[in-house]
Amino acid sequence: MKVFWNSFITGPILGVFWALIVATAVAVLLSFVTGAAFRPGLTGCLILGALAGLAALEIRAGWMLVAGLSALAVALSYTGISPIHVSGDAGPGAHLMAGIGFALALGWPMSVILHGCPRGPLTRHEWEEAVIRFLTGFGYIFFTAAVAIPFYVMVMTSLKTQGELIANPLDFTIDLSRGWELFRSYEELFRNFNFGSYLWTSFYISILTVLITLAFSIPGAYAVARLRFKGQKALSRSILLIYMVPMIVLALPIYIAFSMTGLRNSIAGIVMIYPVTTIPVALYMLQGYFRGLPAEVEEAGLMDGLSRLQVIWKITLPLSLPALASVSLYVFMIAWNEFLLAFMLLDDPSKFTLTRGIASLNSSEIPRQHLMAGAVIATVPVMALFLGLEKFMTRGLTAGSVKG
Amino acid sequence: MTTAIPPKGTGPLARREARLAWGLLFPTLASVMLVVILPLLAIFWISFKPVDLADLRAAAPMVREDLRDADEAAPYIRYRIRNSSQTDPISDIVLSDTIPEGVELLEVPEGCVLEAQALTCRFDLLDPGGRLTLELPVAVPGDIEAAEIAIETDQPAISGAAENVLTSGEFTLENFAELFDAREFWTVIGATLFYTVFGTFGALIVGLFAALLLNKEFRGQGVLRGLYLFPYVAPVIAVAFSWIILFDPFSGSVNALLIQMGVTDDAINFFGERPLALVMVTVFEIWRYFPLSFLFILARMQSIDTDMYEAADVDGASPFQKFRYLSLPMLMGILSVLFLLRFIWTFNKFDDIFLLTGGNAGTRTLTVNVYEQAFALSNIGAGAAVAVVILICLLCFSWFFFRFMSKEEGL
Repeated sequence: MKVFWNSFITGPILGVFWALIVATAVAVLLSFVTGAAFRPGLTGCLILGALAGLAALEIRAGWMLVAGLSALAVALSYTGISPIHVSGDAGPGAHLMAGIGFALALGWPMSVILHGCPRGPLTRHEWEEAVIRFLTGFGYIFFTAAVAIPFYVMVMTSLKTQGELIANPLDFTIDLSRGWELFRSYEELFRNFNFGSYLWTSFYISILTVLITLAFSIPGAYAVARLRFKGQKALSRSILLIYMVPMIVLALPIYIAFSMTGLRNSIAGIVMIYPVTTIPVALYMLQGYFRGLPAEVEEAGLMDGLSRLQVIWKITLPLSLPALASVSLYVFMIAWNEFLLAFMLLDDPSKFTLTRGIASLNSSEIPRQHLMAGAVIATVPVMALFLGLEKFMTRGLTAGSVKG
Repeated sequence: MTTAIPPKGTGPLARREARLAWGLLFPTLASVMLVVILPLLAIFWISFKPVDLADLRAAAPMVREDLRDADEAAPYIRYRIRNSSQTDPISDIVLSDTIPEGVELLEVPEGCVLEAQALTCRFDLLDPGGRLTLELPVAVPGDIEAAEIAIETDQPAISGAAENVLTSGEFTLENFAELFDAREFWTVIGATLFYTVFGTFGALIVGLFAALLLNKEFRGQGVLRGLYLFPYVAPVIAVAFSWIILFDPFSGSVNALLIQMGVTDDAINFFGERPLALVMVTVFEIWRYFPLSFLFILARMQSIDTDMYEAADVDGASPFQKFRYLSLPMLMGILSVLFLLRFIWTFNKFDDIFLLTGGNAGTRTLTVNVYEQAFALSNIGAGAAVAVVILICLLCFSWFFFRFMSKEEGL
């Protein structure tokens, strides 16, 4: 390891790795944004990466590094040893974009990564900090790309036409001149595929699930958290055990029972089943919160002549509104996203939930921009709720351990 | 002088409190009983039964009624009774009908009783697929058309007792024998193990890495945290289909990208080739669930006291040493809890694989196999047998879980 504790060795090595990462990222980004063909080149990355790693030790000003690298990268992009190869028919604009984009993403982070590294031998601290900064940078690029690309592709695909999709699967530019025509898939889904009704069904089933879940789990959670009775400990533990039963195992007998009683294919059946899948989670999250509330306030209420139920209604619930909000949000999300039971129990298109409706779009006759438009319609409401109430969400998720 | 003795046993107040507690818990317990415990027992029952999907519709008698020869001299009411099942006989059939006003039965056949206008007929047995026709001559003094309409709009009621496989005393070990005999079973177990082990470790390690990234204050930290939670929050159906389209062998962007970059010459069928498909569904599982572990690990990291790190700084510990000797031991508790939970949930996962590959190309795990046997092959009994295998595995895991986890973190 000690061999590497020298900035003249570590600098170029990190530079080469960083150049490879950045060249790939920039090439993918430019391909997606412009639709033209870009690809990373190994030789160019080796040369410019090593150079940047050495130069960053000499030139501490990031902008000078970027400027120098830009000139080199643009010049090299016309040769065979370019860090990012640009297809032959592309104009100078594409070369400039690739060159400057690459230089910017290589030069500036390299000067940050090697910040504080002297020339020559490094101490263990300096070396590890440089490596950590390199890994951090890589992490940001990696995670952001991994998370964003599927969602980006989902949205962009839904805005395209069949012809465009087949012509170039890499081209995610949007032809803005089409105006409202861009949203044709959405319009068709609502007009011909009954998505308005699916949306409404999903919405009210989710709301009903939240209400029923709360109505069942609030008293239960209060009893487990506050009241003393035999079996309290065992009960609060075995709630967790219900998490451990796979849904598909329950779905099979439920399917049989519903087929025999005629509840299959009915909204009532779905509304009966969904809350039971969420009650244990809600109960577990709520009892954790109730335990944290001061018992003295409730005792004061009892002394003043309130009954237990009145205490719950007038004291405990108003105090636990934040917890109720996060539990409701979480339960809403589970019910909205639920797929398996809806898929098995609903066959009649007039009663589909949104997820079941999207599953029915998955056939070779239906163009895939419709499928993606359906996916966007299902995703946007949860995302909006989630981003708006993210604080509640993360707190609720970490409050009780939660089912995935 | 008497000494105060602490009361023994439960007093009336404690009893009232316990009663209230059970009352408050009753709705939850009842619903869990009905939807979790009962189905679990049912699964064991069904797994020993030779049940097909078709058997769910029990044999039932069907009846049609009409007035024949209405314009001729001797009109008659005809009941046609049929056994809907081709395999099971029906016994103790009871047909009951109301003869409309203005219609007079001339003759009541054997087995039938007429009380005022109510006709009741009983038959002992109807063979599988068997039919039975009953003809009752009538006299219609009044308007014959009105009588015909009255007779044909009023539906007769019919009932019968048929043996249902689900409730009969017939048991078999066939389901389990077939399950363990099939060579495929061991590939299913293999796929399940691969998916569970790598999916769990992957999600934990990737989540740990993500938590390390975000465990510092900087602008945009909140935005990134929100973004990294997206895969977990979005509906599984939406993200699964996005992945399918992204990795499509014919028009997927990833293949186009790989070909353009010269990594491969031919398109790769990511979700259709063994063993790549199994790796891909595992990667999907990691992608979708790393946010959960990341969130828990981050919450734990932020609660670690910073004094410790300052002390380590004074002692000259390097960044990697601080991670290895300070952070990691502090995180061990939450990591082991997450490992056990994620292990079981990954083992239980069904929708992800079902949507991505449908269980083809070597990705059929135990849970997918339940669906495959019960619905695709319409052998409910075999599906239940797989479910029983799953439950036995889970029992082992839970034993493990309660044994080791309760010590680790106060769950």
